[in-house]
Amino acid sequence: MFAYEFMTNAFAAAGIVAVVSGLVGYFLVMRGQTFAGHALSHIGFAGATGAGLIGLAPLWGLLAFTLAAGIVMGVLSERISNRDVAIGVVLALALGFGLLFLHYYTSFATQATALLFGNVLAVDHTMIATLAMLGVITLAALAAIMRPLIFASLQPELAEAKGVPLRFVSTAFLAIVALAVSACAQIVGVLLVFTLMVGPPAAAQRVTTGLWSGLFVSALLALAEAWLGLTMAFYTDWPVSFCIALLSALAYFATLPARTAHVHAAG
Amino acid sequence: MSVVTLDHVTLRIGTRKVLADVSFNIEAGEFIGVLGPNGAGKTTLMRAILGLLGPESGSVKVFGLKPHRGNPVIGYLPQLRTVLPDLRVRGRDFIASSLNGERWGLPSVNQHDRGMIEETLDAVGARDLAARPLSDMSGGERQRLLLAQALIGSPKLLLLDEPLISLDARHQEVVIDVVHKVCRERKITVLFSAHELNQLLGTLDRVLYLGSGQAVLGPVDEVVTAPVLSRLYGTDIQVLRTDGHIFVMSRGRDVERTDHLHDHGHGHGHEHGHEHHH
Repeated sequence: MFAYEFMTNAFAAAGIVAVVSGLVGYFLVMRGQTFAGHALSHIGFAGATGAGLIGLAPLWGLLAFTLAAGIVMGVLSERISNRDVAIGVVLALALGFGLLFLHYYTSFATQATALLFGNVLAVDHTMIATLAMLGVITLAALAAIMRPLIFASLQPELAEAKGVPLRFVSTAFLAIVALAVSACAQIVGVLLVFTLMVGPPAAAQRVTTGLWSGLFVSALLALAEAWLGLTMAFYTDWPVSFCIALLSALAYFATLPARTAHVHAAG
Repeated sequence: MSVVTLDHVTLRIGTRKVLADVSFNIEAGEFIGVLGPNGAGKTTLMRAILGLLGPESGSVKVFGLKPHRGNPVIGYLPQLRTVLPDLRVRGRDFIASSLNGERWGLPSVNQHDRGMIEETLDAVGARDLAARPLSDMSGGERQRLLLAQALIGSPKLLLLDEPLISLDARHQEVVIDVVHKVCRERKITVLFSAHELNQLLGTLDRVLYLGSGQAVLGPVDEVVTAPVLSRLYGTDIQVLRTDGHIFVMSRGRDVERTDHLHDHGHGHGHEHGHEHHH
């Protein structure tokens, strides 16, 4: 399997993306903002196809639109960014625009599947380098805001009283999510970002309650799912993203019983 | 030097003057019960003391200085608002997130911090809550955990914003007793806002009653009277004293009990964006 260069490339790219997704996604789940993450990838789709329309690489359009959308969501205050209906309407519109841009550039249609569902087997060295750079920036930014992010996520009123700039932290986090989503979409596509950004962290949080152990398990699980998915795809000829999605779901549902094992306090 | 001094302070939220030209002093070590109907300014006052809201006119002084955010000398227990679903964070990790939580970078808790957490949990009798996830705690246990958190770092002023909400009578008593005991031992000045006066009668030194933009601070017998409260509530109030209890009535209805029930009757699971302004 590793004799093929496209496979080693795929493993490298998927590895980087999985770790970043697992770590960033951990906070998406903690903050109950998974739908916002989902929305960002769909909005990015319009950017990706729009970029193709004007001759740029889709990744830059994806980055531009997700960053813009993330910052808008953060600045409009947390109330708006958590409002499911408003977000849903906007993401449907974005998908519509994506379709419109595709319509005007029909030779782009083959790339549509790649954008929607990922095309990790076509990754080259330049892409790996880009993903690595994106990954480093994303994780560095996450490390910088991690303390106030956790504080503001768990206790917003107290955090505000202690001097945490709530709106800045929310916006910065959504910008980080935008970067992670853009990277993740290169591997599993915009529609399946949940598989690596929500599945593994949600499973990790069912299995352990500490912060560092949760982050570690989340990243490890995402990595395992990505690499096992690639291996499975290689030997079965099934699409890679399907394999990853399957493993992600299996891992998540396997941890469901872990939750009910908790003893509930009396009174 | 007074701990909290308001000098002709007006606090405005949007178009509404929550407090208008209000002046009073709170002295060191006092246990002040802060009462008043919804919208009277209880939370707003605390936000002004915390430095989150500047007065439109007049001056607020805390320990002789202008209020600033993140003042380590103030411990704060905010009003119970939204609770994240599925909060499986353990008690001690929850508290640890607030220690130095306003600083940037990766979270880290050193030995000293860990010791402080255990020590305050002990002081409020919540030792057993350290290892339990928040989702497994009752309302009363969670409040005790938050109280422990507010006491870390040896504050000299404690602001408790309606700590008794959604607690049953037994847990309410426990919380009041713990606050009273700890704050008397450590000589902490306490502002304890609540809706009902009776539970606090044995503990408070003076009462700060808010309403209609005004504030009256003084001993219970001077403040909780028909003329004063009628002015604050903006309606005809009768005060009934019986058997060591005090009832604030308006047209046969206990205003303290029913007023807040109407507003907090939403229960859990309602929308995040809901703001209760006091």
